[in-house]
Order: sequence, then structure tokens, then C-alpha cells
Amino acid sequence: MPDIEIIHDRYMEHTRRKRLYGGMLLAVFVALMAGGFMTADARNAGGFWDGLGAIFDFPAGVISEAVEKAHTLPATMLEYLPALVETVNIAAVATLIGAGGGIVLSMLATRGLARWPRAIPLFRRIMDVMRAVPEIVIALVLIFVLGGGPVPAMIAIAFHTIGALGKLFSEVNENASLKPVEGLESVGARWAQRMVLGVMPQVAPNYLSYALLRFEINIRASAILGFVGAGGIGYELKNAIAWGIGRYDQAAAIFILLFLTIVVVDQLSSHLRDLLTHGRKKEMLA
Amino acid sequence: MLAVEQLTRRFGANVAVDNASFTVDRPMMIGVIGRSGAGKSTLLRMVNRLTDASAGRILFNGEDVLGYRGAAKRRWQSQCAMIFQQFNLVPRMDVVTNVLHGTLNRRSTAATLFNLWPEDDIHRAIEILDRLGIAEQAPKRAEALSGGQQQRVAIARALMQDPAMILADEPIASLDPMNAQVVMQALRRIHEEDGRMVIANLHTLDTARRYCDRVIGMRDGRIVFDGTPAQLTTGVARDIYGADASFSEAATSTEIGALERHPVHA
Repeated sequence: MPDIEIIHDRYMEHTRRKRLYGGMLLAVFVALMAGGFMTADARNAGGFWDGLGAIFDFPAGVISEAVEKAHTLPATMLEYLPALVETVNIAAVATLIGAGGGIVLSMLATRGLARWPRAIPLFRRIMDVMRAVPEIVIALVLIFVLGGGPVPAMIAIAFHTIGALGKLFSEVNENASLKPVEGLESVGARWAQRMVLGVMPQVAPNYLSYALLRFEINIRASAILGFVGAGGIGYELKNAIAWGIGRYDQAAAIFILLFLTIVVVDQLSSHLRDLLTHGRKKEMLA
Repeated sequence: MLAVEQLTRRFGANVAVDNASFTVDRPMMIGVIGRSGAGKSTLLRMVNRLTDASAGRILFNGEDVLGYRGAAKRRWQSQCAMIFQQFNLVPRMDVVTNVLHGTLNRRSTAATLFNLWPEDDIHRAIEILDRLGIAEQAPKRAEALSGGQQQRVAIARALMQDPAMILADEPIASLDPMNAQVVMQALRRIHEEDGRMVIANLHTLDTARRYCDRVIGMRDGRIVFDGTPAQLTTGVARDIYGADASFSEAATSTEIGALERHPVHA
């Protein structure tokens, strides 16, 4: 059968070409990994290989001291609870503001949905800028202007979150069906009505899971900002974890608190997402 | 060859398959009919071990396949190919790769992850596609094909497994009548030419009558009929579908001619 021979040869040629490209890509990737590692190692003050053996000394110190004073851990954790609440509070407010801003920006930056299609690049660049500036830089500037405390940290994290969530949300928006939007347009709905009533119901579960993931990230970010004077549990951690002073049991208590917080947020997020998607399924069946 | 003994599957309080027993002593084409929810899919899925059984045994050449675990279970699955209503292909992969997936159980994980298949296998995959009349679709992505073509790719994947039996779960339920006919004829040919056992869940009586050597009727999880197509009278069909006297075969038919032959007054 000559026909099938031709098909076979063509397919083999196609496969060989794909394999060649794949192989080349892999080679480039390996070269980049090796090159990047060597560059990083050369710039390292201490040297990667010399330090490798000592890498576990610090965690070992923290854990051994924490085990030694295990009986006081619950009390220590309770002592830091108010600081944790402050940190979580910063993260929560920042996430809420960030999600709100992110939703608006994402709608304005999605093809097919945008209010002003020609301004899409502008809104995209705005989000890029918001993501590009490290939150610690914004926090430092604001702390200098407004003085130390939770408000500068909140603004800094919210600013970054708007950019980050805006990008993720606009990707979600791209997968939303335009048919309901067209349906609402046909009845004379305004842009905001089309977005909130036509797009939001489709994308809400995805928005929620991205926002909750961001909440987790923001808890950590807000803890880090405590290091530079934004208050909360980060400030306590900075004092506890410094070399030499040796209050590692307190550091361990703070780590456990942070870990538990992340676990709670994670559980809450999967529960809420379940409710949002499955609750809707039940309605549909009913 | 195949013996199903008191097979039962419960989902919570529901009994999907209730004490089902039948034996097949030689390769034949078997149609399983019944309303949706009668347990047809669960039955086939238990044979393939996609769903675990609550009780009972499935003997193939004397060995209980329900006892297989791990590698033995996967080897058994490669022996009894499954065809799904929604085709279950990988949409973004090309047709030949989808067919080659039939050999996954025989190949090492590393080679298949990098999409390295022996050239003989590629040749055989294209031959199978040619046998099903879709060789020219070989380099396309599976998602670019029509439903009927996709189902034939799924059959090609099943043939690539070189299986002892082929299980088809509503293979034509999402196809138009023309494509349904092509797919059913392909399954029949595989049975006749290769001598493979085919068990197909069908939701239309006339398909079961025309293509199968034996028909099993299920109702509420129980096997209520097991016989030749000739024994499947309208009365028996009414029992299987739980319908009253107004029931006619045209109501379950997807055949093109059926509507002309039995006009439906709406």
C-alpha cells in the first residue's frame, strides 16, 4: 500500500523534527541551569560547597532548643497570638483591597471585555509596574513618610496584590464565555452591569481560589515586613531569631503559629471553593 | 472464558449492580441494554477495574480478576480494552500518539514520558488507523477530529492494546446516526476478523439486535434478560425498559429510517 507508506513517512519525519526541537530545548535548559548555578556560586561570599555542610546547623539549633523547652511552647505561642492577629489582619485587609482593585483592572485589561479596548496595554503596564516594585521597598518608603506600623505594610502589600491578582484574574476572564455578556448587551446593559452580572458568576470560584492563595502569600509577606518595622509577628520573629541572643524556643513557637495559620487558611479555602462550586451544582440539579 | 458471579456494587444506599451473573464461553459480540441508571456502565467499569466491586467474582480463564492489585491489575486492564462514550482521548495530542497510548502498559515510563515510541509501533498504529479508514488524520490533534473520527481513534487505541476483549461503554451515544453506524460496523468487524470478544453497552434496541450475537438486559442493577436477539421480543423489551404498552422500538431508535417507518405523533 503506497498511500499508507507516504502517511507513515510523513509522520515519522514530523516526529523526528519534534524530537530534535525537544532535544535542543532540553540542551538549552541544562546549559542555562549549569551556567546560572555557576554564576550564583561565583558571587556567593562563602562558597556554596563549603557552606553546604553547615546548612542544617541553624535549623538543628532551633529544633534542639525548642524540644528542650517544649513544655513552655504552648504558653509562648499564646503570648505571640496578638502579634499574629495583627499580621493576619494586615494580610486580610491588603488581600481584600487588592482583590477589589485586581478585579477592576483585570476587566479593563481583558480582550473582549475591556471598557476601552485601546487602553488595554496601558492597564497591563500599570499592573506590571505594581507587580515589579517589591513590597518591601514601598513599605520602607511609606514607613519613612508615615512612621512605623501596620498601615504602611497594608498599603504596600495591597499595591502589589492588585497587580498580581489583576494578572491572574485577567487570565481567568479570558476563559469566560462571552455569550452571557452578549446576552446582557442585547438587553441594553451597561458595561459594569455586564461585567458583574455576566462575567463574575462564571469566574467567581477561580477568583476566590486565587485570592485565597494570595491571602496565604500575603500573610508571609506581612510577617516579613515586620522585620523592617511594620509590627506584627515579623517584628517578634526578628528579635527571637537573631544569631547569638538565642531565643530559639520563641522562634519555633512563631514558626508553628505561622504554619498553623497557613493550614487553617488552606483548609478554609478548599472548603469555601467546594461550597461555591458544588453548592451551585446542587442548585442546578434541583 | 469470562464468568461473572454474583457481582454487586453499592454506592452508599444505592445498589448499582445487584447480584449479576453470566458466563461467556467463546468470543462473541454481546450487547448490554437497559435504561440509563440500570447499572450497565458500572458493570463494564468493574470488569475493567475502573470501579471496585462490593461483592462477587469476575473469572477470566479461571482467574479472579477482582483479586489483582498493582502491576497485575494494570496488566489485566491492558488485556481488556475500554471504549468510552465521550472517547476519553487526550485532546491536545496527535492521533497517532493517542493510539500509541494503547501500548503504555508494555513500555517503560521514562521512554513514554519523552514521547519515544518504537518505529514498529508507530507503523502498526498507522496501519490500524488505515484499517478504520482514518489514516490521513494521523498527524492531526485529536481535538480537531469529528466525534465519529475520535471514536474510531479510541477504537484504534483499544486495538493497539491487542486485548483479549473490548468493552465499549455507550460507544455511539454521542454520535449522529451515520457515524454510529460506522463505529458499530468497525466493532463488529473487529469481532469477526480478529475473533475478539466485544461487550458493548447500548441504549438502542435495534443496534443491539443488528450487531450482537447475544443480548443482556439490565433493569435496576439486575440482569433480567440474557439471550439471543431473536428472543428479544417487544414484550421482553418493555420489561427491560419498564415501559407500558405505548412503548415502541422507535422510541429508542437512532436509526435514520426508524422515524419514517414508525411515524411519531407528537
